Parts: sequence; C-alpha cells; structure tokens
Amino acid sequence: MSGDAAPNLFEQQEANRRRTTWLVVGFVLFFAWLGFGGDYIYYLSTVNAPPEATHHTFPWFGLILTAVAAGIAWYGYTTGPEKVLWSTGAREVVTPATDQEKQLVNVVEEMAIAAGVPKPRIWIVDDADPNAFATGLDPQHAHLAVTQGLLDLMSRDELQGVVAHELGHIKNFDVRLMTTLAALVGVVLLIRDGTGRFFWSGGSSGGARGGGRSRNNLGALAVVLLVIWILSWILAPIITQMLAMAVSRKREYLADAMSAQFTRNPMALASALQKIETSDAPATHLKAGAAHLCICDPLDRKLNDHPGGLGDVLASHPPLEMRIIRLKGMGYAQAKGSNSL
Amino acid sequence: MGSWILLALLVVVVFWAIGAYNGLISLKNQTLNAFKQIDVQLKRRHDLIPNLVSSVQGAMNFEKSTLEAVIQARNQAVQVNAGGPEAMKQIGQAENALSGALSKLMVVVERYPDLKATGNVGQLQEELTSTENRISFARQLYNDTATQYNTRQQQFPASLMAGMAHAAPAELWEIEDQAERAVPQVDLSMKPKA
Repeated sequence: MSGDAAPNLFEQQEANRRRTTWLVVGFVLFFAWLGFGGDYIYYLSTVNAPPEATHHTFPWFGLILTAVAAGIAWYGYTTGPEKVLWSTGAREVVTPATDQEKQLVNVVEEMAIAAGVPKPRIWIVDDADPNAFATGLDPQHAHLAVTQGLLDLMSRDELQGVVAHELGHIKNFDVRLMTTLAALVGVVLLIRDGTGRFFWSGGSSGGARGGGRSRNNLGALAVVLLVIWILSWILAPIITQMLAMAVSRKREYLADAMSAQFTRNPMALASALQKIETSDAPATHLKAGAAHLCICDPLDRKLNDHPGGLGDVLASHPPLEMRIIRLKGMGYAQAKGSNSL
Repeated sequence: MGSWILLALLVVVVFWAIGAYNGLISLKNQTLNAFKQIDVQLKRRHDLIPNLVSSVQGAMNFEKSTLEAVIQARNQAVQVNAGGPEAMKQIGQAENALSGALSKLMVVVERYPDLKATGNVGQLQEELTSTENRISFARQLYNDTATQYNTRQQQFPASLMAGMAHAAPAELWEIEDQAERAVPQVDLSMKPKA
C-alpha cells in the first residue's frame, strides 16, 4: 500500500508547490491585464482626441495595479495562515488545560508520528459545529484547528481519523495551496464588493456620459477589448471561487485515503463523517472564506449533498455519502485481508 | 552524428543514475530516521511510567501486583543496554514484556468502572493509550518507510544502483502478538544496515 503511495506523495507535493506558484503568478497577471488593458483602452479612446485634450500615454493603471497585486499576493502568501486562523477566532492550545484538550494534544502528537511530520500547532475554534481544518505553508510551519463541537462529539478513534485527515492535507502540501487560495479569494471578494458599488453607482453614470462620444472614437478592437475587460472584472470573483471549490474537492478523497493509511482504521473516519453529517449545530465562526479548508462544508450547502449536476462544478466538498462509502470500502477490504492471513 | 547520439544517451543515463542513487540514499536515511523515532518513543514510555504509576497508586491499592508487574517490566526494559545484535534482541523482548504488563493494567482499569471515574485514573488511561499508540505508530511508519525502501532497491532499473548506494534490505518490525507466540520474532538487530 505504501509502496505506491510514496511516489504519489512526492508528485502530490510537487504539484501543490507548482500550483501555488501558478496561482500567485496568475493572480498578478490577471491584475496586470486589468490594469494594462484599461490603459490600452483609455489610450485608444484618447489617441484621436484633439491635441489640447488629455492623452493617456503612460500606463499608470497597469503599473500600479500590478505592483498592488504583487504586494497583495506576497502579503497573502506570507500571512495567509495567521489570517485564516484569525478569521475563525481560534485560540491556540499551548498547555492543555482540560482532559479533553490533553486528549486532543495526544492524538495530534500520535498522528504526527504516524504521518512522519513535525507536530503542528494546535488550535481550538469555539464553534458547536463539528469541523476541523489545517493551514500553513509547509509541514514545518503548520497549524491544525478543530472546533469545540468536534471535541464534544467524537470518540478518541474518530478524533484520530479526523486529525489524520488534516495531517494528510499538511503532508502533501495541500495546505499551502489552499491557504494561499483562501487569502487571494478573500482579497478578490473584497475588491468585488468595492468595485460592485463603483460599477452600479458612479461607474454606470460615467459610462453613460462617455457613451456618445466614444462610439466615434473607439475602434472595433477597443470595443471588443472593453467588453472583455469589463467581463473580467465581473467574472473574476466567480472564477476564483470556482477554482477554490474545484481545488479542494479532489483533495478530500486523497486526504481521506491518507487518514486511512495513517490510522489503519478507515471505519473510524467513516463514523466521524457520519456524525458530522447528522449534526445540525450551525457554524458560527467558520465563514465562507475558510470553507474550502474544512473537513466538511461548514455552511451545510445543499450543493455538496448529491453527486452530479451543479455540485460537481460548484461544491467545495464531495458528497459526504460518497466519502463514507469509499472509506467503508477500504475498511471491508482491510477486514477481508486480515481474515485471509 | 552517431557520436552525438551516443553522447546524448550517455548524458541521459548519467542523469538517471544520479537520480536513482539520490532517491535510494534519501529513502535509506528516512528509514534510519523512522527507526530512531521508535527509540525516542520507547524512551518516552520509560520516563513516563514511574510518574503514572505513582499518581494512581493510592486509588489502586487492591491491584498492587498488576502495578508492580508494570514497574518491574519497565525497570528491566530500561536496564537492557544496547550493544550488538544479542542485546538488541533483548530490548525487543523487554519492550514486549512491558507492553504486555501495560495492557494487563488497562484491562484491570476497564474492569472497575468506579476506578475509571477517578480523575487520576482517567488521565492514566489516556496517557497509557497515547503512549502505546505512539510506539505502534512509530513502528508503522518505520515499516512503511522500510517497505518503500526495500521495494525501490529491488525493482528493476533502480536495483542496478543498489550496490553503489550500499542499499541492503531493511527488516520489518514484526507484530507483537507473534513474538508472544512460540519463538520471539522481534529482532532489533534487523535494523537497516548503514
């Protein structure tokens, strides 16, 4: 089992490093396009203007937006883990105060041994919804957070399965990609809220004012560019969110399999997922921005419940039902194997 | 032209050989490290037991013999000095005896629900479970890593580099139950040869 898991793991780590780089590069390039595209359109619309009118010749927008995007990407990359933890209001467990916390620390240390990674820093989110997530840039600087609801609800074995799942994400560098994505998605969502207001209020009246004149000045190329450019502004938040969802969905199955490899007890994680599914405590601290980092969707969106259809494109997690079936499959295969010995 | 193709082939082969060699060395070191982790966890268990036992001694006056068996097994395990294959074998046996004594203690604790309700004993149980888990997970990681190392050095193209990398099959840690059966199978001397 582990014989062929190893090259997979290495490939997985490499792929995640590469994807993170592309994500950051794509983010910056996208903003460069928004900036320089705007510059070019502005340039085309002023190039035929009379000499005394303003001519847009120097690409100010492009340079500024690119610089800002690079700054944001760097900031998001380096402070992403802190920001994610901060947004959930997690508190770190340094010295365990209660038996429950002691057990959590023990379980995390055990599973870190099984996974062969350094012990991550442990956090508790004061939320009744049973859930867990991991964040960090690499296994040496990783954080693992569980909700109070999870601690209250799970048996020791089930907690082990959940913690092992999160350590799976840590070990194959999923956390780097997903944390960076969380930070960048957060920024894009923020910008959308800001520019949305601009487009629908000040922006629209400005567009109407310039409309009559620009029809004469703008060439066909500029019009096409303008349409694509505006579409990019509108679609950016949707695309980044779909990206976040797609990226996290695939990895859940893999982390489930890694959990089974670490604990050798896939049934425990299956029953943990079952408990999470039936629990109806609402999430109060885990918000949309961190949803794709969690073991199960904290927002209980219906999209995640059934395979096929829209859920395949938009859901952040595969249906719990499917994950439980796969884990049970592993469990039966294991039981069969040990009987035949 | 022909010589250029030959040169290109040679470069490819050399690069492959370097990659295969480094891969084997990296796996060898991972295996050694995983083996050391078992030692670390065994040491941790030795250090922990006296504290644990003294914290529950009061509550468990009636099961003195079980506690004493644990202490004795622990002391024996600590006294075994490493050195040579024979001593390594003894370590394995002593550790297995300790595991046996500890699991008996766990069974005893399970048998008295009142005892479990006592704060100290609840903590003891958690610590014992965790300690045993750590050791078995450390062994599991060692076995997984060693299996990977063994597979790599025996599979065809990489096996050509095994000699140069001084790769020798690392023995796996046997399951404890087997050791308790007829012949002790656990042999610490079977660690990866450097």
